Amino acid sequence: MSKILEGLCYSESHEWVKVEGNIAVVGVSDFAQKEMGDITYVDMPAVDDEVSAGEEFGALESVKASSDLISPVSGVVVEVNEELEDAPEKVNEDAYASWIIKVEMSDPSELDALLDADGYKALIGE
Amino acid sequence: MASLPYLPHTDADVRAMLEKAGVKTLADLYADVPAKFLKKGPYALPDAMSEQEIREWFASLEAQNARLKVFVGQGAYDHYTPSVIPYLTQRSEFLTAYTPYQCEISQGTLRYIFEYQSMMCALTGMDVSNASMYDGPTAAAEAMKMCVSCTRKKNTVLLSKALLPHVIKVVETYAKFHGVTIGLVDAPEGETSLKALQEALTEDVAGVILPSINRYGIVEDHTGFADAIHAAKALMVEYCDPSALAVVKTPGEWVADIAVGDGQSLGLPLCYGGPYVGFMAVKKDYMRKMPGRIVGQTTDKEGRRVFVLTLQAREQHIKREKATSNICSNESLMALWVTIYLSLMGPEGLREVNRLSSDGAHYLYAELLKTGKFDEVFPGKPFLKEFVLKPKSFPGLMQKRLEEAGFFAALDTEEGYVTFCVTEKHGKAEIDRLVSVIKEG
Amino acid sequence: MKYYDKLIFELSKEGRCGFSLPANSFPSGAELPAVLRRESALELPEVSEPDVVRHYTNLSQMNFGVDTGFYPLGSCTMKYNPKINEEVAALQGFAGLHPLMHAGLTKGALKVYQEMNKALAAITGMYTFTFDPCAGAHGELTGLMIMRTYHIQRGDLGRTKVIVPDSAHGTNPASAAVCGLEVVEVKSLENGRIDVEALKPLLGPDIAGIMMTNPNTLGLFETQIEEIASLVHGCGGLLYYDGANMNPLMGVVRPGDMGFDIMHLNLHKTFSTPHGGGGPGSGPVGVAKHLEDCIPDLRVSGFHGNFGVILRAYAYILALGKEHIRKVGQYAVLSANYIKESLKDVYKLPIEGVCKHEFVFDGLVNDGAREGVPGATTLDVAKRLLDYGFHAPTIYFPLLFHQALMIEPTETESKETIDAFIEVMRKIAAEAAENPEILHDAPHCTPISRPDETAAARNPILKFQDA
Repeated sequence: MSKILEGLCYSESHEWVKVEGNIAVVGVSDFAQKEMGDITYVDMPAVDDEVSAGEEFGALESVKASSDLISPVSGVVVEVNEELEDAPEKVNEDAYASWIIKVEMSDPSELDALLDADGYKALIGE
Repeated sequence: MASLPYLPHTDADVRAMLEKAGVKTLADLYADVPAKFLKKGPYALPDAMSEQEIREWFASLEAQNARLKVFVGQGAYDHYTPSVIPYLTQRSEFLTAYTPYQCEISQGTLRYIFEYQSMMCALTGMDVSNASMYDGPTAAAEAMKMCVSCTRKKNTVLLSKALLPHVIKVVETYAKFHGVTIGLVDAPEGETSLKALQEALTEDVAGVILPSINRYGIVEDHTGFADAIHAAKALMVEYCDPSALAVVKTPGEWVADIAVGDGQSLGLPLCYGGPYVGFMAVKKDYMRKMPGRIVGQTTDKEGRRVFVLTLQAREQHIKREKATSNICSNESLMALWVTIYLSLMGPEGLREVNRLSSDGAHYLYAELLKTGKFDEVFPGKPFLKEFVLKPKSFPGLMQKRLEEAGFFAALDTEEGYVTFCVTEKHGKAEIDRLVSVIKEG
Repeated sequence: MKYYDKLIFELSKEGRCGFSLPANSFPSGAELPAVLRRESALELPEVSEPDVVRHYTNLSQMNFGVDTGFYPLGSCTMKYNPKINEEVAALQGFAGLHPLMHAGLTKGALKVYQEMNKALAAITGMYTFTFDPCAGAHGELTGLMIMRTYHIQRGDLGRTKVIVPDSAHGTNPASAAVCGLEVVEVKSLENGRIDVEALKPLLGPDIAGIMMTNPNTLGLFETQIEEIASLVHGCGGLLYYDGANMNPLMGVVRPGDMGFDIMHLNLHKTFSTPHGGGGPGSGPVGVAKHLEDCIPDLRVSGFHGNFGVILRAYAYILALGKEHIRKVGQYAVLSANYIKESLKDVYKLPIEGVCKHEFVFDGLVNDGAREGVPGATTLDVAKRLLDYGFHAPTIYFPLLFHQALMIEPTETESKETIDAFIEVMRKIAAEAAENPEILHDAPHCTPISRPDETAAARNPILKFQDA
């Protein structure tokens, strides 16, 4: 049974978003980290890179797999979680404490297209 | 017809196996192939040869090739191969293994690749090496692609005009199809010009490929190059002769980001151009953008030191069209060849190879000038084992006389020069003989 | 096999020497200017010749090759590597040739290329070959460059996409990307073949061509190849044949006759040259007559490709001759079907019917998924096989099945060897139900046990100096 936090928005590609003013904090769900298994590397964009909703902004890697990270919102990357560069296992340990990027949103209405906790729960069928 | 000893099935075996497979004849195994695609009639191939006939046939082909003393380099160098190397690389356990996917029964391959990576890092002064590439020119082409993928929104790679001709051609071919713009940087005085480079370093430049030792044999001075390239937010790639790196400034010392080249000069036979072994070593920052296989150290369940293929999430079998490269098979056995060569030579042996080659080349250079048949092209420029001269007359006749006397030398270049190369295989007496052929001509 | 723990660097002792070079007979030459000289220490080992010989002999003894035992690695065609091939490739009259020697000096070498060109054309039904590519993936890239050149020469500039089946080797989409083509995936049907109905809507003026493996990676012949060829040609595209699976067609079917315009061969698979622990290979590319003019502009490797590998393959073709070539394909297919039928009661066979040179099981029947019946995964089966002295099949590929186990026996394995393999595979299937622990912990009899691959990827130690 995967953990799903109330109050976050979720994408169908298993990213979560926590809204802080105009900033979207983006990570992956507990379900996603379990599916990946031991994460060995988090490929992240650079600060000031532009991201678009529905397009990849990085990847999670395990020994035998690579899974694209899809941005739930559009905007400019204002911060990346540098801690993950040397400690990708933190995503396995707590997927919700281990945010990946912070995005200054260009179109906050994109959030409306995301799922709430109940909707995400239905999506993953748990 | 000759029998074929590679197929063990007897008629009885075939009958028993057909029965289990649930078909009556061998032809039935192809019942799903539309009849029109089944080849009718015999293949237009020679009659099967016995082993003895094969041996004799190849001896007759071999005899049609000239056997000359090689005094030409240009990317393929006639260095000496210690007898130990072919003996060890022919061991079946190395020779007949596949890529080390099952690490528990491939520790031999994985360990020598780890040693190879360590040695290539030691030679180049870089942090991380991959397990090998096809050859030097394709390694340079991969470096070109890497420059573009490591920089943001940049799509031009600059090549020095002084790179070996075959390197430029291969990189241009890859770039054309990969959609990368290539710019050429002038080398007016026999080496890549910093001024010309600075003028060419526009905003779109993702990387610059420079020769450590260039097509004229000149050891290039790259003082100031790294600063200029890095200021333009581009990557610096050094194309090197790894044998020479024992004595010339390394890519690491020039503060390059990527080192590539051909390992052929580390004791590989000329073999008409292949198999050789490309190498690539990079700064740690670019480790995950590097193409090709990489071996890493870890432990097994008992805590023993073991080696595995690692960082595989970059590769084609996982990332498919998003992989860093399409390379799969590389030149593993030739990497073993290089590893054994470097083990035997050690730091002192490799320095001595350079000393002998360089001393011989400088002796030949001086003796050729004395014949009065050549002009210097780049007087005073430093070289090691290879150099160019300008012949005072059309070189065709001289080349023919050299061939007849048993030498492959004075190969003409695109620029109208002739090129020479000396390795430790050539002593003074042999060089004197070569010079006397030219003198008499 | 025994565990041996040394690295060559650990045998090093200052002052030891493993080289033998002539005395310097020259007047002392020029020194390089200081700015061009290497300043850093050169950290290579200093070892004697006996040290080197013993070290690498010890390393070799931790390796498994075709000469050690059965190597049923799917899609890799691990057939016997004849020794006469090695002998001819080492002849000094070939090994001593400089690649820039003109044609008058290299008549014997050029004859090898000419004869190989004729032989490969005869075997494949293509018109002519280029020998420059150094491996299969390199051949794919070269073939796609030829495909694009063909369209560009005709002024047909909009063809930027290439169709690749979902069952394709990973190199196919990767090669397409390197060549600047966009990959469009076409799905497979339940029966493992390309879905022709799904293919039709993909075809149009933006399609450069399709890359196919036939038989495909499931070892199944694409029975609708004629219709596929006519559809792709009909939209102006070309057909590329990935020759990794050519072995079952040897002497029986020719890709050129099936409508393929471009193909590569893996000489290190189909033509018996050794794989060398991951190369050198050779990936010559053949084209149909109408593409002949698209080759000359392309320089994809330094000189003339891997000549030493081409020599070996030529020796093999001469041993086969017109008389034996058919047996290669037929026996490879016979052995695969024999194994498939002998094991399909204990391993899940997702698609019934005659296969070609290889086939794919989707794991054990006792895969652990059924309530109350213990079981094991494909990885466990693969690792347990190592204990019994066999190399593992290709695992977890193709991606169409979750527990793929891809078996390719080749024609050079005897019925006795194959029977022994079948017996062990059945024994492992029984162990999975009775004593699955022994599989989960396997291998037990190899020089090392399962490694910590996660640690290797998280904290990379990639050279001796890092450790």
